[in-house]
Amino acid sequence: MFLDLERPTDAFFRTETFRDDYSFANSEAAIRRFPFPFDRDAYMYAVNIEQHMPGPAKSATEFPIDIDEHYVAEMIDREKVLAEDPLRCQSLPHMITAEWDLLELLMTAMARDYPAWFSLTCDGDRWHWINRPLGLDQRFTFGDTATLPFGPMEYITRQCQGDFCLLDQRQDNLWMDAGLVTTQADWSLDFDLGMNFIEWHGPVPLAHEMGVFERALKFLLNLQLGRPIRRLNWTMTVNPRLDTSPENYHRWGIDRTTVTPENVGDKVHLRVELQALWRLPRSNAIVFSIRCYLIKMREVVSVPKWARRLHRVLRDLPEELADYKGLTNYRATTVDWLSRHDDGAPTSPGFTPD
Amino acid sequence: MRALQYTVRVSEAEAVTPRVRRLRLVAADGTALPPVSAGAHTVVSIDTGERVIRNAYSLTAPSLSGGAYEIAVLRTPESRGGSAFIHERLREGDSLTLSAPANFFPVNRRARHHVLVAGGIGITPIAAMAEEIFRLGASFELHYAVRSAHDGAFCRELAARFGGRLHLYCGERQERLQVQAVLPNQPLGTHLYVCGPERMIEAVLADARAAGWPNANLHAERFVAPAGGEPFSLFLRRSQRSVTVGADESVLEAIERIGVEAPHLCRGGACGECITAVSHADGTLDHRDHFLSAAERDAGEHVMICVSRLKGRELVLDL
Repeated sequence: MFLDLERPTDAFFRTETFRDDYSFANSEAAIRRFPFPFDRDAYMYAVNIEQHMPGPAKSATEFPIDIDEHYVAEMIDREKVLAEDPLRCQSLPHMITAEWDLLELLMTAMARDYPAWFSLTCDGDRWHWINRPLGLDQRFTFGDTATLPFGPMEYITRQCQGDFCLLDQRQDNLWMDAGLVTTQADWSLDFDLGMNFIEWHGPVPLAHEMGVFERALKFLLNLQLGRPIRRLNWTMTVNPRLDTSPENYHRWGIDRTTVTPENVGDKVHLRVELQALWRLPRSNAIVFSIRCYLIKMREVVSVPKWARRLHRVLRDLPEELADYKGLTNYRATTVDWLSRHDDGAPTSPGFTPD
Repeated sequence: MRALQYTVRVSEAEAVTPRVRRLRLVAADGTALPPVSAGAHTVVSIDTGERVIRNAYSLTAPSLSGGAYEIAVLRTPESRGGSAFIHERLREGDSLTLSAPANFFPVNRRARHHVLVAGGIGITPIAAMAEEIFRLGASFELHYAVRSAHDGAFCRELAARFGGRLHLYCGERQERLQVQAVLPNQPLGTHLYVCGPERMIEAVLADARAAGWPNANLHAERFVAPAGGEPFSLFLRRSQRSVTVGADESVLEAIERIGVEAPHLCRGGACGECITAVSHADGTLDHRDHFLSAAERDAGEHVMICVSRLKGRELVLDL
């Protein structure tokens, strides 16, 4: 094992699970900072890209890499996924420069923004990394893979919340040539590895006809160094399971049939992805991070504006989108339950609670 | 917000040939400049006292590891004033402004073999690419044509570093780069990169296509038109304000300069957020976005103000 599971850690980090007894929950503070993805009472695709600039204090976008109360539990869950299925982490040989770029980006951001938990000291190529929540202390030579227990991408992404894909840029396209993906909304790195941007978005309904991907690709090809961008995406998950992968569909797909009017509040979760993209300096590759946030329906309705809005969005969602997001089995039950928390009052524009 | 910029100080300036001056640039605040990818360039803002000239220069091989950047500037007779200023007036210790590096000429990391072709000052990105490919242990050959041994800014260094992989062609010794001799018998999956005078680039690409090379395997340095253009007048119909959009700013930047709010998100012509209705255009709309369809562009009813401009006298927007 990479991590010592018995080791006591900072009380800020929750002891919880994303499998078996599903003890995951959000604190009140985590609910308030949840990146709610709807700024109006309806949802349709848009190229909803904005610059990844620091957001308000305590928000999920205060820092470029968000470390929250679920950090330690998520890293333990990631280790379990990787132990069962090593193909969740893959990197083609030409991506090694991008891997080092990613390690530098994450270590630098984590040490700068969370100095109580992480520290990085660089003396030329001799680096010293300390991760206090996970109890790791590593000296290594930047650029020399043999000085780390894993490849540079795997080493650092085993210690950072969110999935990470490295996209090589060539022939006016982006190619998914490396990644570590364990908290995915039903897509597979093993299947997508080596595909280009248009290919890996193949299954998405409606958006191709709208020209969304051509525009987004052109924009990303011009992504600038030092000017990262972000967008929110969303779906829903039954039970707080991070690893909703096609590889494990036989374990979680059936959960979609277990939603009843009595258990909606605890079983059904809104799953939001904060997706961010950075240009990497040495490799000219792009890192695509997909950070998953889960919130129970019972937690959502503790914010009256979000209760009203989520009810209206889910109720009016086009059929194709509901199908693609896998909501068909339990949408009606969830909408029914949410309707009891929607008094029909108007909602204010914007994402934040009133 | 503008593109990321660095204020730098010229820490060394050296004439490597009578016509090429090499500048070493360090961050004015003493921090390390980030590493760059081979083939990247930066846009240098040169304030001559009368006006600001923005020129793109490739970052040479020493820039790859970051800390400091190096550029090599050829003195050109048809200069708009930028290269003349750098050669005649710029001194060690002077300040310049750089854009964050961008790369429109990247190495294809999946290539089986790389053929690098440079003419004259075109060696600057090519030498950085050779260094990167060499460091990765990949297969390559470098063909470099110069007028005279005297003119070859980097000949000695390249020969020492790359040995037999360097093929040097010296015009004054009647040595000609015959690209038709280089093109045949390269393994499938070879990529060719060329940088040099425009005529040389066109000739190399034409020869390669004639020899059956696929376009996807041919790469030439291209510098996109700078973000700016000719100045023009802008009138905002609803707010009854007018402003001149300068040569080096966008419509959106000019609007923000006079304190008018306009919706925007990506500032890169992709998201569509800043779409603005055109009330009148005395001139031709210069659409530079990725958002409007060809039909929408032709209709001329909307413009994306974060990147697009007017070629003409006055643009009236419904703002």
